[in-house]
Amino acid sequence: MKIIVGVKRVLDYNVKARVKSDKSGIELQNVKMSMNPFDEIAVEEALRIKEAGHAEEVIAVSIGPAQSQETIRTALAMGADRGILIETDEQLQPLAIAKLFKHVIDKESPGLVILGKQAIDGDNNQTGQMLSALTGMNQATFASKVEFDGDAALKVTREVDAGLESIRVAMPAIVTTDLRLNEPRYAKLPNIMKAKKKPLDVLAVADTGVDTTSKLSVVEVNEPPKREAGIVVKDVAELVEKLRNEAKVI
Amino acid sequence: MNTLILAEHENGDLRAATLSVVACAKALVQHSRGEVHLLVAAGDADGIAAKAAAIDGVSKVIAVSDAAYEHELAENLSALVVKHAEAYGHILFAETASGKNVMPRVAALLDVSAISGITEVVSADTFVRPIYAGNALATVRSDDAVKVVTVRPTAFDAVGAEGGSAAIESADAAAADAGVSFLGQELSDSDRPELTSADIVVSGGRGMQNGENFSMLDDIAGKLNAAVGASRAAVDAGFVPNEYQVGQTGKVVAPNLYLAVGISGAIQHLAGMKDSKVIVAINKDEEAPIFQVADYGLVADLFDALPELSAALDAA
Ligand SMILES: Cc1cc2nc3c(=O)[nH]c(=O)nc-3n(C[C@H](O)[C@H](O)[C@H](O)COP(=O)(O)OP(=O)(O)OC[C@H]3O[C@@H](n4cnc5c(N)ncnc54)[C@H](O)[C@@H]3O)c2cc1C
Ligand SMILES: Nc1ncnc2c1ncn2[C@@H]1O[C@H](COP(=O)(O)O)[C@@H](O)[C@H]1O
Repeated sequence: MKIIVGVKRVLDYNVKARVKSDKSGIELQNVKMSMNPFDEIAVEEALRIKEAGHAEEVIAVSIGPAQSQETIRTALAMGADRGILIETDEQLQPLAIAKLFKHVIDKESPGLVILGKQAIDGDNNQTGQMLSALTGMNQATFASKVEFDGDAALKVTREVDAGLESIRVAMPAIVTTDLRLNEPRYAKLPNIMKAKKKPLDVLAVADTGVDTTSKLSVVEVNEPPKREAGIVVKDVAELVEKLRNEAKVI
Repeated sequence: MNTLILAEHENGDLRAATLSVVACAKALVQHSRGEVHLLVAAGDADGIAAKAAAIDGVSKVIAVSDAAYEHELAENLSALVVKHAEAYGHILFAETASGKNVMPRVAALLDVSAISGITEVVSADTFVRPIYAGNALATVRSDDAVKVVTVRPTAFDAVGAEGGSAAIESADAAAADAGVSFLGQELSDSDRPELTSADIVVSGGRGMQNGENFSMLDDIAGKLNAAVGASRAAVDAGFVPNEYQVGQTGKVVAPNLYLAVGISGAIQHLAGMKDSKVIVAINKDEEAPIFQVADYGLVADLFDALPELSAALDAA
């Protein structure tokens, strides 16, 4: 069985996003970019499944600018076997991303696709669910535990608003990762060297024949209103007094 | 054009989030000049549909009863929504675990873009939504024939659960997906108010040190009729279950009072609580970023401050 994982290149989670002065988007020049944290968890899960003998090959797929090759190399250094980059400088919407993933799935026929639950740039939380709808493969989103139920199905524990729920999905299936699924490994130096020699195919969106036009457009991007800085109280008594008599919230 | 909302419910009652989505829909139909309809799908939808019909601002309720809808399986719910989609210009879901699970499927099946977590309706086709953990607000416009959207419940004041008298229509189920089945759930039963709709939220972070110490927060929450939340670090460390997590990738809350105890205030945490009306931080590190958003900051060791706070709340 093959496993496909999605690895998106995003602004590093430790960097504060700055809105561009022309309001067209977020400043991404000369800032640290990294693999989307949920995708590190996706790669880790795929590797564990392979190491447990359930899969033969892990393929890391990224859609984005040429620099996304670095993101794929990171996945390869963690242990993925090969990479596919669909190169584009356009900021594609999840629907277009899902269609491009479907193109890869139609060619590779994976038994399992693991994506992050959400990319921390657009905070969309859409791609896995869309891909499931487009391919007919069942979805198990927000996974905190993935177990095999025989060879043809998964038992997935999901983080939902009221706690945890578990579902059974027939394979091929699409899983999206939540934070508690695993703790991703760090790539070791020798593996980083080896990763440079692993195969990485680059194709253009035009090679896929996928129509990526979107009717959703960004009109402008603004900074959120700033909160006024408050006061420091000297002790608990003053805090309670302020909450009762000034803020009147208790 | 009319607006359709997929109603959320549990144990026979509508979830509070649905009342906020109706509020958003009411703002929307001022631009689109249509009606607001609710789709109620459940194992047995009758009782819930009757409650949905009483919601202020709802004109029609479509009730669908079938075992396929007992557990909010996304494949089954999305197929049902798509079956009804044609008649609508907007289809709204709550930005909840369930809404997020279903909405993008509906969009993909209709071959339109999906719009996640809107916080403002600018016009019938233009919406505002936070991106980058709320560090930016994107204004987006959709030229799709139908707009498929999740609505952030904290951004819209819930409409009244009473006062409406919508017509109720029954409809048939859509075909169920054989590839997915519900196995079970582990829900923490708490008599506390629900985190995302509570008036007061008391949250603990890594500074709490362990799960037992959260009983100090439970005690204070009990006295304030508050819900208890947590940072990711506290959840990852196993102090409290996942459903407590507030933040960019957890729950978004906007109570009248948010009390952050032993939480540093990482941007991912702020994303989930910075729209609270009053924020209080208790932290022993005066440099902690949480103080930059706190209305009232107390620089103290939480192990001294929490017992004092508990005692002070008892005193009239
Ligand atoms: C992809 C991704 C998603 C994330 N999503 C979320 C999310 O949804 N929600 C979220 O919260 N985080 C999220 N995070 C994590 C976030 O970046 C921070 O790591 C996390 O919020 C830190 O939690 P904390 O404040 O409890 O811990 P810390 O940052 O370790 O802070 C602990 C604080 O406790 C104080 N303290 C310690 N002891 C005491 C004491 N005795 N008395 C008083 N104060 C004390 C310390 O001074 C410190 O400020 C996410 C991270 C990533 C990468
Ligand atoms: N451009 C991309 N390249 C690779 N994977 C992506 C891309 N966009 C989204 N994904 C995958 O889809 C997940 C959810 O993204 P989103 O729906 O944008 O929040 C991410 O965690 C990735 O696994």
